[in-house]
Amino acid sequence: MMLPSVRSMTSSAAQPSGDAVAMVEARRAELRAAKRRQSLLLLVVLAVAVLVAGHLGEVSWQKFVDGLPRFGRYIMRTMPQLSLESFGADMSRWMWNFRVWVGLLVDTVLIAFVATTLGVAGAFALCFAASDNLAPNSIVYHAARRTLEVLRTVPELVFALLFVFAFGLGAMAGVLAIALHTMGVLGKLFSEINETVSDRALEGVVAAGAARGQVIRYGVVPRVLPGFISYTLLRFEINVRSASVIGFVGAGGIGQELMFVINQFIYRDISAILLLLIITVALVDILSEWLRHRIIGGELQR
Amino acid sequence: MTPPDTRRLEDLAQKYPGTVRPRPLTLWRRRTLIIAFLIAFLAAAQALGLAPGAFFSGLSDLGIITRQMWPPTSKGFFVEYLHALAETVAIAFLGTIAASIISVPLGFLGARNVVRNGFIHFGLRRALDIVRGVDVLIWALIFVSVVGLGPFAGILAIALNDTGVLAKLYAEAVENADRRAGDGVRAAGGGQADVARLAIWPQVFPVFLSNSLYFFEANTRSATILGVVGAGGIGFFLADRIRVNAWSDVAFIILMILPTVALIDWLSRYLRRKALGRAARDPAPVAET
Repeated sequence: MMLPSVRSMTSSAAQPSGDAVAMVEARRAELRAAKRRQSLLLLVVLAVAVLVAGHLGEVSWQKFVDGLPRFGRYIMRTMPQLSLESFGADMSRWMWNFRVWVGLLVDTVLIAFVATTLGVAGAFALCFAASDNLAPNSIVYHAARRTLEVLRTVPELVFALLFVFAFGLGAMAGVLAIALHTMGVLGKLFSEINETVSDRALEGVVAAGAARGQVIRYGVVPRVLPGFISYTLLRFEINVRSASVIGFVGAGGIGQELMFVINQFIYRDISAILLLLIITVALVDILSEWLRHRIIGGELQR
Repeated sequence: MTPPDTRRLEDLAQKYPGTVRPRPLTLWRRRTLIIAFLIAFLAAAQALGLAPGAFFSGLSDLGIITRQMWPPTSKGFFVEYLHALAETVAIAFLGTIAASIISVPLGFLGARNVVRNGFIHFGLRRALDIVRGVDVLIWALIFVSVVGLGPFAGILAIALNDTGVLAKLYAEAVENADRRAGDGVRAAGGGQADVARLAIWPQVFPVFLSNSLYFFEANTRSATILGVVGAGGIGFFLADRIRVNAWSDVAFIILMILPTVALIDWLSRYLRRKALGRAARDPAPVAET
């Protein structure tokens, strides 16, 4: 904020006419007023947007004041009664359905694993056509880009809703829904990595007599593979979280059980399942980070 | 083209193992890894009960659905859909604003260079991890049973979930701020509050703004599905039309969602570029939901 006035001081000081200090101060006041007007305008725009959105979102102060303590009571009710004397018994009462829940959580992770693998395969197939330095022609390029865009924009849950109808209740619908969305997201990210491969590297492979497929195999893949693997593992972490909610629409995993206990207000079970879910997500994150460092750590540190 | 000089190639392969072709050990390890991965994939598919037969019969059902989607029609619900879409954007907007406001103090509290108490730092980070580990749709479902059906539950869900992520990003931005500016303020006689206001705030504000705009974009996408659990927005109509198999209505709603999301993406990218100057870049492309 101070910078413009300092700059105007040096320029006005170069002119010998008039009182330099007064000119600097006048210019400074002018700039500050302009800045203040701009901030005020932005604030008004923001306030109007908040008011309109508040009206659309049916927000009221009363609701908020009522809701906050109710949320606190809700959280308190989900807390288990644990005491030091009978910790083991309390724990086993809290986690009474441990085996079933862990089974569902394993399913959730498996759904994410299978879906990520399928999504990566699809993304790999499309990403070369969707990068501007490797696409055979502009029609294929734009077709691939638009396809990935649509797959990316439609949320997994919408795909899951459609697929539950077509493939029936169960993991199949969830796997396909997450796989398609993953394909859209990773296809775009992969193509962006492809576009960072320098033309000179590609020209070298072409000069050695390689066809298009060989250019990709020997010129592009070795360079982009670490990036691909890194994004894939990060996506796997996100997909585990997605897989935990696709059960809301009957597409497999822990979601269905979670929705049941929340809707039936079985408070202790809510906290038990959420705790197990948070632990699962944390374990997957740790495993994925370890793998990422092991597989690509050395290559990124070059 | 002349045929490759195989003798010289062999010499080179002898002299520098692992350059002309991979070492046998590397090759075998790679093959074993690929086979192990394939086995794991098939075992996982088996455990989930994924059968090729069910896949292909489902595919033909999907074909029927897709054919019935054309032509997309609104059946006179266009104004209702438009209102629900506006509600969706409003949920994302208010959720992001609320999360941003809450995240500013939390971001400063969670930054190691502002609050030196390791206990506060650790506790805050773990609390944020827990909030973040639970998907926004789960929070939405919980808030629906706390404050009732409607967009208000959706706003609270997005605000809470985003606080978990934004406060962490804000804290990292504060930790990455240049320390020398703070030294300058301290040398001029400023206290800890002056350092935060005069040295750190001007550095981190553009980063905060850029992150929040990016989350507004991502939240618009997540807000389209909040209605599936009754937390407001276009998702309610979408889930409802799918439940009654009104496929041409479903197609119409999806075709309304796509340009809306694209418009918000464009707006957020434009504002982000203005906020950060030419250095604007997406903070975390993988955070895209």
